[in-house]
Amino acid sequence: MISLTSPVRTVAHGWPAGVKLGLLCAATVGLYALSDPRAMAAVVAVVVGLYALPGRVFLRTGLGRLWVLWPFVVILTLWHAVTGALVEGATVILRMIAAVALANLVTMTTSLSDMMGVMRALMRPLRLPLRVTRAVEIAVAMVIRMTPVLLEKGLLLAQSWRARSMRRANWNIVLPFVLVALDDAERVAEALKARGGIATDEANRHGT
Amino acid sequence: MERDVTLIAFFAALIAALGLIPAIPLGFGVPITAQNLGVMLCGTVLGARRGALSVLLFLGLVALGLPLLSGGRGGLGVFTGPTAGFLVGWVVSAIVAGLIVRHWRGVSLTVSAAVGALVGAVVVSYAFGIVWLAHMLDRTLVEATGMMLVFIPGDVIKAVIAGFLTASIYKARPHMVLSRR
Repeated sequence: MISLTSPVRTVAHGWPAGVKLGLLCAATVGLYALSDPRAMAAVVAVVVGLYALPGRVFLRTGLGRLWVLWPFVVILTLWHAVTGALVEGATVILRMIAAVALANLVTMTTSLSDMMGVMRALMRPLRLPLRVTRAVEIAVAMVIRMTPVLLEKGLLLAQSWRARSMRRANWNIVLPFVLVALDDAERVAEALKARGGIATDEANRHGT
Repeated sequence: MERDVTLIAFFAALIAALGLIPAIPLGFGVPITAQNLGVMLCGTVLGARRGALSVLLFLGLVALGLPLLSGGRGGLGVFTGPTAGFLVGWVVSAIVAGLIVRHWRGVSLTVSAAVGALVGAVVVSYAFGIVWLAHMLDRTLVEATGMMLVFIPGDVIKAVIAGFLTASIYKARPHMVLSRR
């Protein structure tokens, strides 16, 4: 499955993921400390500058991912225009854009494996039993593998509905879709058990 | 253990797939994504604990950078955006839906699952979503609620559908509806 990491290589791709996440947390908290719209506009300009540094493709992709915020920008602008508090509204809108843009920047410059490394490091102090960490790793791999499989089966169900009906597939296809997922889950669980199960490594380690 | 892990993983994949297939038209011809229908089913079918773990796993993968949310969205940005509260609310809504289905035995599964999904996905999820939205956009809770009112009818319809689906799943695969065991 394709992750949201940018294929355009940047300097930040080489930075440790933990450092980037720490900086993101600090920056997001810092955004809430700012209340001057000019300062907030400067922050957004710096963030856009960061997106522009690796080139036009990176900038366009980054700005494209902010497009989902447009309904909120429209609602807030209209609201503040009506209440006559446009300056206050500008601060809120710019803060929202900066917070999302900074977080997206970390996602775009950090590979999935680096992020999983951070997840593993965060789980380490919890001292979870080996079978639990193994279960999490297997579950993550299974979701990444099975999402495209289920998606394809869902699209096939919708197509077969269309072949039999004049109308578009509606929520009726969700039931066979869930049943397909449940049956597949049962079969995969059996296969996993037949190959020794999740706890095998732990059992071997303890010599049982 | 293996069965629990695969069910949790498959339901996380199901939430993703329901968000990625083209929007399904509900009654009145309004097309909506079925992603939070998947979240409701996590609670009503898998139960509180497994359902919440499944939603957590899904959100964890979204945070890691996989484009699993409807419209191919994902990454850390969705957790700092105005709708992040709804995502956190999904975990609690699966727990609430699972608990209602497990403990409310005096009625048919359709009713308890529909009410569980309604309380979880509409009351609980919206509570989290609206509080975060109000904080993020610097609005009052009433104003933030007003912004979200338009989405509530669709989610109420989805909760009713989740009730019927859970009962149908129970008829077809009774041993798989773990919320009733």
